Amino acid sequence: MKKTLSYRDGLSLATAKEMEADPSVFVFGLDVPDHKRIFGSTRGLPEKFGMRRSFGTPLSEDAMTGVALGAAISGLRPIHVHIRVDFLMLCMNQISNMVSSLRYMSGGQLKIPLVIRSVIGRGWGQSCQHSKSLQSFFAHIPGLKVLMPTTPQDAYSLLRTSIRDDNPVIFLEHRWLYDTEGEVDEEKEVPLGQACVLHEGDALTVAATSWMNVEALKAAEVLKKRGVHIEVVDVRSIAPLDETTILNSVRKTKRCIVADYDWVYCGFGAELAALIYERCFGLLKEPVVRMGFAPVPCPTTRPLENLFYPSAVHIIRTAERMLGLEPADLSGEYFYSYENKFKGPF
Amino acid sequence: MIQDILTKEESLVCYRKLLLTRLAEEKIAEEYFKDEMKTPVHLGVGGEAIPVGVSHCLPPGTKSFGTYRNHALYLTLTEDTDRFFAEMYGKVTGPGKGKAGSMHLSEPAQGLVATSAVVGTTIPVAVGAALANQYRGSQEVVAVYFGDGALEEGVFWESLNFASLRKLPVLFVCEDNDIAVHTATRDRQGFSSILKTAATFECYTDGSEGFDLPEVITATRRVLGKMEKDLKPGFLRFRYFRYYEHVGPREDFDVGYRRRPSPQDWERMDPVVRFEKQLLENSVKKEELSAIRESIREKIARSVVKAKEDPFPTPDDLYKDVTA
Repeated sequence: MKKTLSYRDGLSLATAKEMEADPSVFVFGLDVPDHKRIFGSTRGLPEKFGMRRSFGTPLSEDAMTGVALGAAISGLRPIHVHIRVDFLMLCMNQISNMVSSLRYMSGGQLKIPLVIRSVIGRGWGQSCQHSKSLQSFFAHIPGLKVLMPTTPQDAYSLLRTSIRDDNPVIFLEHRWLYDTEGEVDEEKEVPLGQACVLHEGDALTVAATSWMNVEALKAAEVLKKRGVHIEVVDVRSIAPLDETTILNSVRKTKRCIVADYDWVYCGFGAELAALIYERCFGLLKEPVVRMGFAPVPCPTTRPLENLFYPSAVHIIRTAERMLGLEPADLSGEYFYSYENKFKGPF
Repeated sequence: MIQDILTKEESLVCYRKLLLTRLAEEKIAEEYFKDEMKTPVHLGVGGEAIPVGVSHCLPPGTKSFGTYRNHALYLTLTEDTDRFFAEMYGKVTGPGKGKAGSMHLSEPAQGLVATSAVVGTTIPVAVGAALANQYRGSQEVVAVYFGDGALEEGVFWESLNFASLRKLPVLFVCEDNDIAVHTATRDRQGFSSILKTAATFECYTDGSEGFDLPEVITATRRVLGKMEKDLKPGFLRFRYFRYYEHVGPREDFDVGYRRRPSPQDWERMDPVVRFEKQLLENSVKKEELSAIRESIREKIARSVVKAKEDPFPTPDDLYKDVTA
């Protein structure tokens, strides 16, 4: 069945479907059952499944991650939810020392079907501690799967697949994507480890993660007006990585912007750029360009915050330079501005 | 009296487990500097009666979690010296297929779910296993063993808090040797009594000398009895004397941070010697104990030979069991 859903509703619907199908699935985390329901993404779950399967926790991120792991290796399928990835830093001991490696250390005797969901990124002047993304932290560690769904369909389908997966999955959801709407086919299954082409083109590839896909699609729309067709590849799965889809696109376009929603230095973008150089070196017409956050902590004030984050304008200007085009007049263009959609406080 | 606590048969089972760990660790000490056993070993000599006693009070297969000082727990729950020594020698026939080594022994099928080398990290995982029991409507107890150093980790308090809040069937067992690596409790802890402090949570607290097996069993039974009547977590603190250095098979009484116990003191605090005495005072014959000792020696010798002959993992094994 197809219907138009927001990203947040895709998340709650996917969770409800899996909880209906499998009594071992439960969802927990700080404020999961409160009136705000993790920006609406756990809406309806306490009413439908009760507090046994949908509950809040003390502010003990470290221990609660261990609790999730303990439940997972005892045959349950926990979904542990965090309202910002910055708080997941308190879970890193369990994630990097236990969750990622317990199966290996047990010689394969233990299975860890665990989903750790976390909101990432930008809201509205969120400053340094509510604005991180950090996919490279997680993807760096063998044993973890790391996903960054962009569309409502992927939020829905990839969450269902993640819950059914027998391994730990870090599931990163951009705050601004929560409001996006799109057609969702409830029957559509999306396996982990697959990228997808969101917009076809031949001039240049933008390999993007999370919100950067929205910016890249806007750039594609603007560039199309002057007959330039760029290809937008949504990486979706940071680990495992779908090298084939990304490399096929670059082989076709011979130019690539890696637009990662994170800091550039030692980031996932460097991994993608290295992959492209290693495998497409002779084909490239231009050096790969990496794009990401400015190398500073995230500032609160809007004029500086605008400089911190890359946008569709950066992608357009970079594409023009790589293609040897004069910069277009963008004054008539409408670019995403969160004041139009997003109100405070959070 | 010992016969009020254990039948003769039970006593001999406990003795066998105590001695199995002791002799296995003595064998490790004997073999270690041949440099074939390439894994850091944290010997538990002095503390054997704690896992032997606590696990004796719990049903077989009870989910248990431990630390890097886990040989006694592993051997108590499995009595499998073949797999134990195979893991020490990095062989594919070990429970971790050689990837775990001494610090991460596990045997989930026999109750030992996980052990860890980062202090305190298995505590919340055990609480999660207890949550899974509660989720399924079961009151089965999960046991988690940790040292006194873990009491300074935030995750211990987070775990105790959550378990107490949710009235989870988890038994916290503090193996207290008064020393964390090389630092004494008095130089680490800003509270005067862990038992009094833990008792302010909704849990049952108890404890005893950890080198006296009957006392360990008695304290464990007291707490388990309360947990059975009105379920809340249990917290047990057992004190013992860590005989060897923190890591490695040597004594380290000469380096200055602690003193060698007098022979009389060590005899009092040695759980094997102490229990042997108690058994002999209670009509167990010396020959019975010698026969047990002899059969364990043979078993260990056979396992070491076998472990040395067993194959290492193949290069392919490097990439196995990262994900399911």
